[in-house]
Amino acid sequence: MSTKLMTGAQVVLECLLREKVECFFGYPGGVTLPLYDALYDHPIRHILVRHEQNACFAAQGYARATGKVGVCCATSGPGATNLVTALVDALMDSIPVVAITGQVSTKLIGSDAFQEADTFGITRSCTKHNFMVKKLAELPQIIHEAFHLAASGRPGPVLVDIPKDVFQAQGHYTPVSTIHLPGYRLNTEGHAGQIRRAAEMIWESERPIVYAGGGIVAAEAANDLRQFVELIDAPSVCTLMGLGSMPSTHPNFISMPGMHGSYAANMAMTETDLIIALGVRFDDRVTGRLAAFAPHARVIHVDIDPAEIGKNRAADIPIVGDVKKVLERLQEAVVDLAPTMKAKNATARTAWWAQVKAWKEEHPLEPEMSTDEIKPQHLVAEIDRLSGGEAIVASDVGQHQMWGAQFIRFNHPRLWLNSGGLGSMGFGLPAAIGAQFARPDKLVFALVGDGGFQMSIPELATIANHALPVKIIVMNNGYLGMVRQWQELFYNNRLSSVQLDGFPDPEKLAGAYGFRGRTVESPRELRSVLEAAVKEPGPYLLNVRVTPFENVYPMVPAGGAINEMVLGPVQPVAV
Amino acid sequence: MLQLISLLVENKPGALMRVTGVLSARGYNIESLTVARTLDPELSRMSIVVDIESSQRAQVIKQINKLVNVLQVTDLTEGSAVRRELVLLWIGTTQENRMAVLKEAEIFGAKAVDSAADGYALEATGDPEKLDAFIRTMQRYGEIEVTRSGLVSVPLEAKKVKLAPPVHKEHLEMDQEVLKTTE
Repeated sequence: MSTKLMTGAQVVLECLLREKVECFFGYPGGVTLPLYDALYDHPIRHILVRHEQNACFAAQGYARATGKVGVCCATSGPGATNLVTALVDALMDSIPVVAITGQVSTKLIGSDAFQEADTFGITRSCTKHNFMVKKLAELPQIIHEAFHLAASGRPGPVLVDIPKDVFQAQGHYTPVSTIHLPGYRLNTEGHAGQIRRAAEMIWESERPIVYAGGGIVAAEAANDLRQFVELIDAPSVCTLMGLGSMPSTHPNFISMPGMHGSYAANMAMTETDLIIALGVRFDDRVTGRLAAFAPHARVIHVDIDPAEIGKNRAADIPIVGDVKKVLERLQEAVVDLAPTMKAKNATARTAWWAQVKAWKEEHPLEPEMSTDEIKPQHLVAEIDRLSGGEAIVASDVGQHQMWGAQFIRFNHPRLWLNSGGLGSMGFGLPAAIGAQFARPDKLVFALVGDGGFQMSIPELATIANHALPVKIIVMNNGYLGMVRQWQELFYNNRLSSVQLDGFPDPEKLAGAYGFRGRTVESPRELRSVLEAAVKEPGPYLLNVRVTPFENVYPMVPAGGAINEMVLGPVQPVAV
Repeated sequence: MLQLISLLVENKPGALMRVTGVLSARGYNIESLTVARTLDPELSRMSIVVDIESSQRAQVIKQINKLVNVLQVTDLTEGSAVRRELVLLWIGTTQENRMAVLKEAEIFGAKAVDSAADGYALEATGDPEKLDAFIRTMQRYGEIEVTRSGLVSVPLEAKKVKLAPPVHKEHLEMDQEVLKTTE
């Protein structure tokens, strides 16, 4: 069609434009020089980060906050290998990312050339799929296939490895508008008969619970979820990845289940007779000891990925499909059956709700408060107050992440961004950067521990360069808190290599980058200091000194059943 | 228990690595593996024999099925299929036992495909247990070198291959505005 002569590098950017990429995150190097030269006068915005891992985390933050494909770029060798952690992270959490890596020229591949690494081999198991481009002619097709694969089905990261000579080659660009991947079979509709049986099972149930996860977010099905939950009037829980899919203040929402889940959620998950599992994978952090998990429950499991169904917990009714489409049809089926079936278990349902409410009241999730020191729960409760359920909170990994999940409320999905599956420390700050680029209108918090923050400290430069108004809140307890908690509880308090001395002075640190920061230690000051940080037009680094030895409760010890929670600081039994 | 998996895969670089990666990532050792082109030169047929705990078999098949380059996965462990293997065996012989070796090989349906003064190259096909017996027997006649092809199989009832249809991407259509901005 087109006879426009272009270089491979220009073709890459043309493909990105057609995929409606507005900006991408990256770090240049030797073999990507042609690409960066083409970028010099190109409308697509490139955000220079300070480490390739953070380019991919930022791309994830962008993707998690919007649902659009996040794009990152790295050079060959060390650039590409630096992407690995963040690619696996995206794979575990099903986040759509396209990573473009440079490779040494085709004639040098395999010669141990300078900055050569087997990126294609290394990232095979880190991605949903990966490609190596050998000639210019196949480049547009491959890039568009990469976007299609990243965004469709169960989303995930896709890497395209492009040798330098392919970037440099000149050719006639031919637009691509059809993707044909014969082996990429998606089943999105959901089996009509199974959906009907699921509706029957829902009305037959006396003690149903809706267990919703990241699949709801990926499928943009939060509204459908809420309608469905209201229709069947069941208690509902959201996983760490699903938080915000049900508004946190919704009366049917009983918080997060699992290792640090709420008492009500874990008791309800244990006593239920029907789990309606929607876009979840029965992760070990949710189920605890699998053999003791939900012993009385039948399971309806809806997921786009057939491999998730029956992987950890057998499903009585497996439904492979797009959870949004399935929920639409399931609601219809539930409504159809309501006149004949709804009344049947009405009394049992009322008793179930009374039980769930009793659990909620028995051990509510309530933040610890002190007038002497800032309790970490106090800090997240203040963030919650400022957010009002509307701010984006990009969390790092550890105790602060669990407290954030427990106490920060979210009115919508795509506000709570965190590394759920892989648990990658260093995620929070770059993810916040990506989210702020995607949503410049939004208040974005980077809620990080003193450990994870120091893993991504170089990105303060990226924040400063773009005057990104990210509010960096360091929950600083001077320890790798979650590891310390486990050493205390399960290793006789032998605190080994968990003390993080030498945290930099935040005022000087932020000042060195040209923005403001400070430390707060007094619980009386916390609110006003946080408010001032939020009012600051640019970035702000707030170092919050919190109780060093606070533990996250409830806690299900590893290998325990989720109804056997440790609810507070007692002498636990080692496992 | 050994499991026989038959796959239809796209004949592309890395396709084999993706399949074996699913197995090696779970610590499964591959007993044998064969790959060759099908009638359609863009596709390959792969036969894998692998020891997978029975509780994980369905999961492994599903994970392989998710690979973009894999068009079909069939578990032929229990299905009706013909399963055969080929053995090439070099056996050193003496003047005295040369005829006996040939006679013995014949009993197993093997034939000599090459001959030298000091030995034969023998070829046998069959099911793996019969070939085990053949190899054990030949060992008694002299020094041997053995190469086995690994199990290949063909299902007795053809299973229709379900392929994903092409997807049209409207937003990638020629867009004058986009082209202008890049000029």
